[in-house]
Amino acid sequence: MQIIIITTIAITVIGAIVGAGLVFIGNKYKVEVDEREAAVRAELPGNNCGACGYAGCDALAAAVAAGEAPVNGCPVGGGPVAEKVAAIMGVTAGATEKKAAFVRCKGSCEVTKNHGTYVGIRDCRAAVNAGLSLTECDYGCVGLGSCAAVCPENAIHVVNGVAVVDEGKCIACGLCAKACPKHLIEIKPVAKRVAVQCSNRDKGPVVKQVCTAGCIGCSLCVRQCESDAIAVEGNLAHVDYDKCIQCGKCAEKCPVKVILPPRQG
Amino acid sequence: MKKTFFGGVHPDDAKALSRDAKLTSFLPRGEMVFPLSQHIGKPARAVVKKGDSVLAGQVIGEADGFVSANVICSCSGKVKAVEKRRSISGALLECVVVENDGQFTKAEGFGDRRDPAKLSKEEILAAVKAAGIVGLGGAGFPTHVKLAPKNPDAIRYIIANGAECEPYLTGNDHLMREKAGDIVEGLQILVGLFPGAKGVICIEENKPEAIAAMEAAAAGKKDIEVLPLHTKYPQGGERSLIQAVAGVDFPVKSLPADVGCIVQNVGTVYAVQRAVCFGEPLFTHVLTVTGEGVERPMNLIVPDGTSVAEIIEYAGGFRGGKEPKKVLAGGPMMGFAMSSIDVPVVKTTNGITILASDPVEKAQLQMTACLRCGRCTTVCPQGLMPQMMAEAWEAGNEERFEVKLYGLDCIACGSCAYICPAKRPLTQIFKQAKAEIMAKKRAQAAGGKK
Repeated sequence: MQIIIITTIAITVIGAIVGAGLVFIGNKYKVEVDEREAAVRAELPGNNCGACGYAGCDALAAAVAAGEAPVNGCPVGGGPVAEKVAAIMGVTAGATEKKAAFVRCKGSCEVTKNHGTYVGIRDCRAAVNAGLSLTECDYGCVGLGSCAAVCPENAIHVVNGVAVVDEGKCIACGLCAKACPKHLIEIKPVAKRVAVQCSNRDKGPVVKQVCTAGCIGCSLCVRQCESDAIAVEGNLAHVDYDKCIQCGKCAEKCPVKVILPPRQG
Repeated sequence: MKKTFFGGVHPDDAKALSRDAKLTSFLPRGEMVFPLSQHIGKPARAVVKKGDSVLAGQVIGEADGFVSANVICSCSGKVKAVEKRRSISGALLECVVVENDGQFTKAEGFGDRRDPAKLSKEEILAAVKAAGIVGLGGAGFPTHVKLAPKNPDAIRYIIANGAECEPYLTGNDHLMREKAGDIVEGLQILVGLFPGAKGVICIEENKPEAIAAMEAAAAGKKDIEVLPLHTKYPQGGERSLIQAVAGVDFPVKSLPADVGCIVQNVGTVYAVQRAVCFGEPLFTHVLTVTGEGVERPMNLIVPDGTSVAEIIEYAGGFRGGKEPKKVLAGGPMMGFAMSSIDVPVVKTTNGITILASDPVEKAQLQMTACLRCGRCTTVCPQGLMPQMMAEAWEAGNEERFEVKLYGLDCIACGSCAYICPAKRPLTQIFKQAKAEIMAKKRAQAAGGKK
């Protein structure tokens, strides 16, 4: 009986001393945590895609709280998240544009042909490295879906031989752009729909041989454009999305209809 | 037991198809296309333009830089265009297109015999360079660069590679049988360039006629030896040969010249003899057209730039008129599939193999996960661990692939993929991995310079 009492007392005393020590040390070496960081982190989507340029949502939250990253730094969350983060940080959110991946190739099975059958690893990069050009066009979509394989949101698919982006699902993380061996994918604002769906830099007659929808570099679009937003470089037209006013005159005139027209209404 | 190397596989060599076909010269009729990049290094620069008349043996592309080679016209006629055409590897390359007049009129300045003993080293190297000779084993490394190592006094062996370990191909076999004397003379010229060197002609023992012919030609020549080797794939690989001949295991990241060896394909040695003794540039080469899918397998001497379709037509077309499953440039182990046969052959195309069935397609249907049996490790001639390398690469661990497993030392011989019971596409994985890592390194090097 006595032993039990002594043990209980001893443990209580030791516990009290250690506890007091811990409280003291805890106060002395306290790390200041910005409460806003945790709050910002809670508002971020949390899929750690890295599209913001930081090593995940935690890192972005820390950077936002430290004032190093803008409150609209998360391209995935877009406007709604930016507003919430701005409220936490006590600033007003700037306008955020929703961006999405865009495939600069229209080479579906109707407009261009494959030559040969590829047997091997089902991966565009492996196929390109095998030295085979599977499609007639050397610049176009290979269609084996390396982009689809890396997409975290299931937003890009190979449809009829060419990759197609679901802009609603796309979070503009850019992983597909990195995976594409032909460098066909760019990240552009969703609101700016007018864009050239081709990456072929060959001269017109060569393009015509391989694809009925390829940009032939005729410069008709450049002449139509009133806002100087479209230029032909290396036999390929490209739209400057900052300057484009979405009038759609270039798309109307394009002889091969490779420029997407602006959204109706 | 004949000399050999560690590892390797024994695929069915299928050489019986074309073993008895004598070398025949083939003169094409159609237009000839000459890619300006038929070698490793910088593409040549075109020196003719549309409308120019050209002759066989004339230089139409000049070497641009040190690691580059001349491109020689192989027919006479008019230049039709200098434009991008699809090459045998499938890429679009800048090519000189010549309308062939069918006469094959030769350019002046070659054909007379001269004595190689009277030429200086520099003159010999200049002759090799002017002739546009590249490694005809398949890689196409400019020969004049290979013959100018940093340490000429340390070269102990000049190895003439007549192993021809690639299944199906028999072109080198016939070249050695029919041009044995010329090859020995060519090798003597090369040996003469290096004071401490000895010539070794390596032939796999499945070519007894070639061994006999070469031995007869080399009889009484002190500095030349004929060395029969054990028949095993990839015996003809540069590193495998050196291991067999010099008995050295060479350290990673070193070149053959670092261990005192220079390896040249017998076709290259023959081309050197023609260039030095006759001043003749390299514009024809030996090519085997073979496989179960062709009517008459043959060993041909074809001019560069001939269309593959024309060669197949000359060999009797596809067997039974049926379209084959696969047409390979080269043999089945190292060769690559072609997406079209309307492409020209280049200097390094030493075979066209037409397969009636496609083993890769079948293998893909049977593919399973790695069984960890380790057979790939036992056959790898480089002593690598293919299963670990594939695992590291598929897990995205580039550093492990490159640094820990020496992935960049893979020679892509295909032995691991051949032996794999799980039918995994190991070699293709490594080819891709190497290409991506090298691309990254190049980008880094370019970035570092700026």
